[in-house]
Amino acid sequence: MSKMHVKMTVNGSQVEGLAEPRTLLIHFLREQLGLTGPHIGCDTSHCGACTVDLDGKSVKSCTLFVAQANGAEVTTIEGLAAADGSLHPLQEAFREHHGLQCGFCTPGMITRAYRLLQENPTPSDEEIRFGMSGNLCRCTGYQNIVKAIRAAAAEMAAGKEAAE
Amino acid sequence: MNAETPISLEQRKDKLQGLGCSRKRVEDARFTQGKGNYVDDIKLPGMLFGDFVRSPIGHGRIKSINKEAALAVPGVKAVLTADDLRPLGLHWMPTLAGDVQAVLADEKVLFQNQEVAFVVAEDRYAAADGVELVEVEYEDLPPLVDPFKAMEEGAPTLREDIADKTEGAHGPRRHPNHIFTWEAGDQAATEQALAGAEVVAEEMVSYQRVHPCPLETCGCVASMDKINGKLTIWGTFQAPHAVRTVASLITKIPEHNIRIISPDIGGGFGNKVGVYPGYICSAVASIVLGVPVKWIEDRMENLSTTAFARDYHMTGRIAATRDGRITGLWCHVLADHGAFDACADPTKFPAGFFNICTGSYDIPTAYVAVDGVYTNKAPGGVAYRCSFRVTEASYFIERMVDVLARKLDMDPAEIRLKNFIRKEQFPYTSALGWEYDSGDYETAMDKALKTVDYQGLRAEQKAAREAFQRGETRKLMGVGVAFFTEIVGAGPVKNCDILGLGMFDSCEIRIHPTGSAIARLGTISQGQGHATTFAQILASEIGIPAEDITLEEGDTDTAPYGLGTYGSRSTPVAGAATAMAGRKIRAKAQMIAAYLLEVHDGDLEWEVDRFQVKGNPERHKTMKEIAFAAYNQAIPGLEPGLEAVSYYDPPNMTYPFGAYVCVVDIDVDTGVTEIRRFYALDDCGTRINPMIIEGQVHGGLTEALAIAMGQEITYDEDGNVHGGSLMDFFLPTAVETPTWETDWTETPSPHHPIGAKGVGESPNVGGVSAFSNAVNDAFAHLGLTHTQMPHDHWRVWQTAQRLGLTGQPAAAE
Amino acid sequence: MIPGAFDYHRPRTLDEAISLLASLGEESRVVAGGHSLIPMMKLRMAVPEHLIDLREVAELRGIAVEGGQITIGAMTTQQEVIGSEELASACPILREAALQIADPQIRSLGTLGGNVANGDPGNDMPAVMQALDAAFVLRGPEGEREVVARAFYEGPFTTALGEGEVLAAIRIAAPAAGHGWAYEKQKRKIGDYATAAAAVLLELEGGTCRKASVALTNVGDTPLHAADAEAALVGSSLDAAAVEAAAAAARAIAEPAEDGRGPRAFRVHLTGVMVARAIEAAKRRAG
Repeated sequence: MSKMHVKMTVNGSQVEGLAEPRTLLIHFLREQLGLTGPHIGCDTSHCGACTVDLDGKSVKSCTLFVAQANGAEVTTIEGLAAADGSLHPLQEAFREHHGLQCGFCTPGMITRAYRLLQENPTPSDEEIRFGMSGNLCRCTGYQNIVKAIRAAAAEMAAGKEAAE
Repeated sequence: MNAETPISLEQRKDKLQGLGCSRKRVEDARFTQGKGNYVDDIKLPGMLFGDFVRSPIGHGRIKSINKEAALAVPGVKAVLTADDLRPLGLHWMPTLAGDVQAVLADEKVLFQNQEVAFVVAEDRYAAADGVELVEVEYEDLPPLVDPFKAMEEGAPTLREDIADKTEGAHGPRRHPNHIFTWEAGDQAATEQALAGAEVVAEEMVSYQRVHPCPLETCGCVASMDKINGKLTIWGTFQAPHAVRTVASLITKIPEHNIRIISPDIGGGFGNKVGVYPGYICSAVASIVLGVPVKWIEDRMENLSTTAFARDYHMTGRIAATRDGRITGLWCHVLADHGAFDACADPTKFPAGFFNICTGSYDIPTAYVAVDGVYTNKAPGGVAYRCSFRVTEASYFIERMVDVLARKLDMDPAEIRLKNFIRKEQFPYTSALGWEYDSGDYETAMDKALKTVDYQGLRAEQKAAREAFQRGETRKLMGVGVAFFTEIVGAGPVKNCDILGLGMFDSCEIRIHPTGSAIARLGTISQGQGHATTFAQILASEIGIPAEDITLEEGDTDTAPYGLGTYGSRSTPVAGAATAMAGRKIRAKAQMIAAYLLEVHDGDLEWEVDRFQVKGNPERHKTMKEIAFAAYNQAIPGLEPGLEAVSYYDPPNMTYPFGAYVCVVDIDVDTGVTEIRRFYALDDCGTRINPMIIEGQVHGGLTEALAIAMGQEITYDEDGNVHGGSLMDFFLPTAVETPTWETDWTETPSPHHPIGAKGVGESPNVGGVSAFSNAVNDAFAHLGLTHTQMPHDHWRVWQTAQRLGLTGQPAAAE
Repeated sequence: MIPGAFDYHRPRTLDEAISLLASLGEESRVVAGGHSLIPMMKLRMAVPEHLIDLREVAELRGIAVEGGQITIGAMTTQQEVIGSEELASACPILREAALQIADPQIRSLGTLGGNVANGDPGNDMPAVMQALDAAFVLRGPEGEREVVARAFYEGPFTTALGEGEVLAAIRIAAPAAGHGWAYEKQKRKIGDYATAAAAVLLELEGGTCRKASVALTNVGDTPLHAADAEAALVGSSLDAAAVEAAAAAARAIAEPAEDGRGPRAFRVHLTGVMVARAIEAAKRRAG
């Protein structure tokens, strides 16, 4: 089975490469593009460590073939900071509120939270927990993750207000 | 000289970000940007990928292995079997427990998913294709999965390699499937106490087989540099130095030619203490093929092969007076160790520190015996977020005390308060031989009971039970009280070693001329935030701001020798080494300051970040100034430079403790247990970073929730493993996890340089008991004394059904 | 967990997809969201040689509610089902059920069509479709046909979908205004299949149940349409006795597997509980 030519936009840049169609998107990102932020935690789409943003939706890149993502627009944790290098409010908030420990779930967690706050800019704690339920963390017990997302939401709302 | 802008003492203290402050973590910048460097992120030129062929059956004989089809797969470079490792003497490896384990199955397979062959290929896809095509023919043998049948006459002999050995690493073996018997305490006196007791309560308390399941699985990259003869292995190692020594002993490569590097580790929880076949096979493959070889296990491999925890079946008898004073404790444990004894315990402790099972209570006499047996299950026996077998011990005593309370019709909190070791009894020597360093259990318990309004909860429970009786609700309320004492910080070299390596730890500090520093430790963080907290310890000791101190761990070529991070030993042992090394720095700094200030050493006193002349604080030298002087002044009698190293052999373990209260509401029609409230009071001695402590407690409680309410790895009678994926192995999401309430008291350890005791594992140790006690408590008024974990929906429902609570109409209230 | 190799095809039209299926033969599979198929492929329990991705087949997308008839394209994702206000008002049980499927990431790719067509007894939407008496529009080389959900499921992963056929759309007659609905699902955790689940739709008239639909998830080899449970409700005031009779009728047809979710007796019992609770919830919602 031959390799196919794959083209997509990743973190705002056009990328292309040759890959077997069966290559999982997570492997394409990590091994061919060197974007090692998203991780593999479970292989069965339960843990969410591989979460990336695909065409404006949160997806688990361990359960998606690169062929399926051909032509898509992908954002990973590496693409969340602003062009000037300033961190996304979620990245700041996770640090500020101790929303991570070993860091392995963190890229998927933040990337999912990024989309969650696009879908619902003012979530309640319950909505945050439900919205983050596709991402497992073994270290934090989630409490500080919820806190960080709540804080980032407030920060982003304040930023938006200030800009208006 | 002293021209800096004068700032207040408080400002100077704040600037240090030392002990006791909630310093933000320095690790987070890279993790939040996806710039962590975990083992699977490592990519070396020419690197190959290894993958295992695994046994589909639990017990059998290998008739043949045919590699041809696999070797024909494009990209496959090699297929290794036991026969290939045999000439190197690497087809078996020593375990941490004094047993041996097959690296690749040697004639027999002993558990499902055991490693049979190692396929090395250009990438993981080709390797997986190769794995599919290795043909292995097996002859089925009867699997042995019930530990209670392991030593029966006629039980199949699992370990033919040691079948006729009557002496094991820990004494005599009385059956081919017997590993050891380990005893502590006074059997005769305990049996006498039981015989003469006013009341004796008995129970069989099982702690099911579970798995630490860190989010990152195990893996490594082995790279043999044939030109300089050096083998470098990056891997998920909680104890990199021990791995280096073991690797040297088994490969015969001189230890200086082995470099072990633990990069960022995505959680360990005990899973990454052991040495696994994947590490050996990768190293061998790299040596043979001359290129780097990576091995990363998938989640199913992780859950079913590398490490398990618990699987302790504990029969207890507890004796007491009629008014609830405990007079004796007897315990027998049947320990299911799987196919190889690969438990990660200090050598002299084949059952870990299980003899901490007298818990927080002043029990005059006790006896414990542990029998380890082989079964057709994965090896392991690691300490899953606890010190060695301490969660099992704590669960046992906390259940037994509740069982006794039921029998005496006493309140579970009251019976605990009645039997606590009193504050004035510390240091306290337990009946099973441990010397508890410090504690104030009553204060902690009182604070907990008051905070949760324990009396109010009991009144509410009474009302709820009455409402249930009247048919107004189908929910039962349970209140779980648990008190635990951990034993962590292994440990004193006189009785703690792993494979002969004393369990000290180390810290090496270099102060740079401009007043910043680097410190290296023998431990390795897996999320605990060592780079943050150890810098805080040092900041307070040497007066250099934490942000100016780099902390490094995990590279055996640069870090001083240490035994690694597990069993909550980093703060008690390496934390102590850090403080002690800091004090050595300070001692030399004092001499330098004395020279600079032209006074006698003894005329100086230390204040925050400087030495000052007693009674004349205007005359002082800051650490920054002293650091520079150390490199540019010729000081008579002193070597230049400012460095120190400390190898710390702790005089004793530390004994963190805590009081936990859990409130549950159980729907008897569905078996669903809702965690209404969980309050955790922890006393971990001196608190280094409250933010991190709280985070550790949240995480540990969440793991305890998972264990108590759902985690389980089981084997069916055919030897098939169940619970081997995250569909079935319960890791709670944010939805199932409640909001935790944390609290604390602070009773410093008298023997630790800064009084710290360690905290990471306490919430797992205390939490499991609290959840389980709450579930049992919900049914206590109906005569229930004990039900086995996990308290998942169906088991809880079965309990309700057994107690006659599940008549049919079942609509929600 | 690495899947076997395959060739990838991305047709633009349904006809193209169907002719690809026909020409590539039985070693070809269509893929929608992939959340059932890809895990099977990673375990190598499925090793198709050709994968036909339906993602760009525009005619398989879209939600239409017209004159009491709901048509949902097979490639509509669970997230789109949840997000559709039109569906939420015409047929609210769909949103309620979709929210209980897997997790947000999986719902953003997982499709309604994949969920109903794959024949996994653990999937939630099949029972919901049976309760709604939905019809599946199947398109194959011979043209288009409709099979009702209640006749579609034959066994685990075995359905009436013929070789070479693709599920194109789902047609549902919108339940009457004022109907009550509920999908009650008990699971071990987010992301799990049901230990037992029940879909219930009710229509009341003057306190009497005029119409009832009941179907069950993951307590048999297929979703189960609980006709006897419906009969026990119709004509009753949905009093305790009627609810219990319906629960008993549901228990009588439940034949769950014994797995980590619990022994058979528990899951049979729980089937009754889910049915009873779904009836109670639907009754509360019925206007």
